[in-house]
Amino acid sequence: MSVSVKPGYFGRYGGRFVPEVLVPAIDELTAAYEEAKADPRFQEEFMRELQAYSGRPTPLYRADRLTEMAGGAVVYLKREDLNHTGAHKINNAIGQILLARRMGKKRIIAETGAGQHGVATATVCAKYGLECVVYMGEEDIRRQALNVFRMKLLGAEVRPVASGSRTLKDATNEAIRDWVTHVETTYYLIGSVVGMHPYPTMVRDFQSVIGREARAQILEQEGRLPDAVVACVGGGSNAMGIFYPFLEDPGVRLIGVEAAGEGLDRCHAASLSRGTPGVLHGSLSYILQDDDGQIVLPHSISAGLDYPGVGPEHAYLKDSGRAEYVAVTDQEALEGFLLLTKTEGIIPALESAHAVIHGVKVAKEIGPGGIVIINLSGRGDKDVQQVAQLLGELGGGAR
Amino acid sequence: MNRFAQGFERCRREGRAALMPYMTAGDPSLEWTERLIDAAVEAGADMIELGVPYSDPLADGPTVQAAGQRALAAGVTVDGIFGLVRRVRARYPALPLALLVYYNCVFRRGERRFVEDAAAAGVDGLIIPDLPPEEGGGVQDAAAEAGIDVIYLVAPTSTPERIRLIASRSTAFIYCVSLTGVTGARSQLSASLDAFLSRVRREVRAAGKELPLAVGFGISKPEHVAEVSRLADGVIVGSALIDTFHGQENLEAGLEACRSMIQAMRSAALLPA
Repeated sequence: MSVSVKPGYFGRYGGRFVPEVLVPAIDELTAAYEEAKADPRFQEEFMRELQAYSGRPTPLYRADRLTEMAGGAVVYLKREDLNHTGAHKINNAIGQILLARRMGKKRIIAETGAGQHGVATATVCAKYGLECVVYMGEEDIRRQALNVFRMKLLGAEVRPVASGSRTLKDATNEAIRDWVTHVETTYYLIGSVVGMHPYPTMVRDFQSVIGREARAQILEQEGRLPDAVVACVGGGSNAMGIFYPFLEDPGVRLIGVEAAGEGLDRCHAASLSRGTPGVLHGSLSYILQDDDGQIVLPHSISAGLDYPGVGPEHAYLKDSGRAEYVAVTDQEALEGFLLLTKTEGIIPALESAHAVIHGVKVAKEIGPGGIVIINLSGRGDKDVQQVAQLLGELGGGAR
Repeated sequence: MNRFAQGFERCRREGRAALMPYMTAGDPSLEWTERLIDAAVEAGADMIELGVPYSDPLADGPTVQAAGQRALAAGVTVDGIFGLVRRVRARYPALPLALLVYYNCVFRRGERRFVEDAAAAGVDGLIIPDLPPEEGGGVQDAAAEAGIDVIYLVAPTSTPERIRLIASRSTAFIYCVSLTGVTGARSQLSASLDAFLSRVRREVRAAGKELPLAVGFGISKPEHVAEVSRLADGVIVGSALIDTFHGQENLEAGLEACRSMIQAMRSAALLPA
């Protein structure tokens, strides 16, 4: 399946809707990435770092008790939570930091929601001795205090963003404004398959190691491809990463799980399920907006999914019907969080918990004899305090 | 000849650069914006750039962001802004008026419908800060049919090839971004402004075009206006005016302070004979 019509487009989606001041830098980045992509030494170095530094390949783990609970298809977990720094975000951070070094950039900026991308970026900057500034919404700083501290330990400067909803969207705005101002010296390390071309393609390429491994692992372990692959979708990088190598396998259902927040008729972050086409952060995709094109504030229990847009390739996969997109609520995500913790002894990130709870449902529907892979994009240590509060267990002088 | 061409031509004959104040429509209400436009015209503004408030203005610094938030909080809509433009157009039939609007507001309404509605209201040109010429084909076709201009921006980072591309697509004037950064008042002009504008002029000519250059971003004081007037055909002042408007004890005083500021800038725009 060919997804690109003109460079940077997936069907009608994508593009680069950015201020002129950035265009030359984006041209430079596009050329540098094309060159690196074609350079076997770059690819070798990338793979070597993924192995030696992040611990890849990550296991494809058969979750027997979860399978039993689901009472249907066999459930496998792609253990991205076992990566260094605890989430899939490091794959992309390693890829882009190698590119930034290749381009001779000394200052790195990033946006972060849950803090996983911020931590991954701060980590690779520490490793290579590069200056790192991470923009993070004040609301996210509040709910992800542990990751803020990790970034600071790693030597990054965390700049709080007080505008708009004070979450990922606004952190991204502020990172782009920083880039506009320091474009000649600065590399913008975007954390998802969003933003202007070439980011959606580049980030997907770096993350597609997840799907390549998972595809080979399931063939080895089960001797056949899965019936479904399930992943959570905020901006959509872990989903694109695991979906992409399965695109040409028509028998494999690709299911993206968005955040329905308090419910799809109330506050949510389900851009594909309930959004309309529009431009946010430089590309045309599905976004949450009003009739005048003003961006609507999203809501999700999980900071990493709390974003009013989604990568343009997902918009294309939705329209073409190759992938399906559903949404689960905060409450259901919390159930998924507890379910995986109690049945498998694995505490998932709240983001990944959306995929877990829906993956269990899919396994039930498919029934015995089927195979479902859930992308466990990150671990939940960062969310434990928030969940404790939500469950009301921090009251009464608990320490 | 359209209003922008006539406006630049008149200023050229009078030996000065055109002064173009920017205001965010609806900050803090459409009534106040209308009064600001009246005050600006009375104080000697030659042209007006009217901003459509946007939830996520990537090219704007804190001042214009805050102005947009105030306008949106007041419930300002695109329809309401077109209504304001109709009233302004009825009062000032010859005033060149450009609308600054982020692309998603255009896309959401539909490129063609947005352009037609803008033209019908009396808008002369659209400045879309996040629409580079490569993505601008649809808006440009619609604008050409409706008889209004699409005004592109060039930046200090623009390569000679890109300046020529932008020049070849431009009609009314070229918006030269004075600095590498977002909008907002600055204490000093960029030291390389002269060289940048010479480069733009050279490439515009190389593209076989004769276009006025208007300079914006960071221009905050009459001294800045005087300096830019020697180098360009138009001067755009935005954040400094918004800061002035909201920086007084009340908005009435703010309006009068803006009037004085525009008068001072208009005098400063006069080229030494």
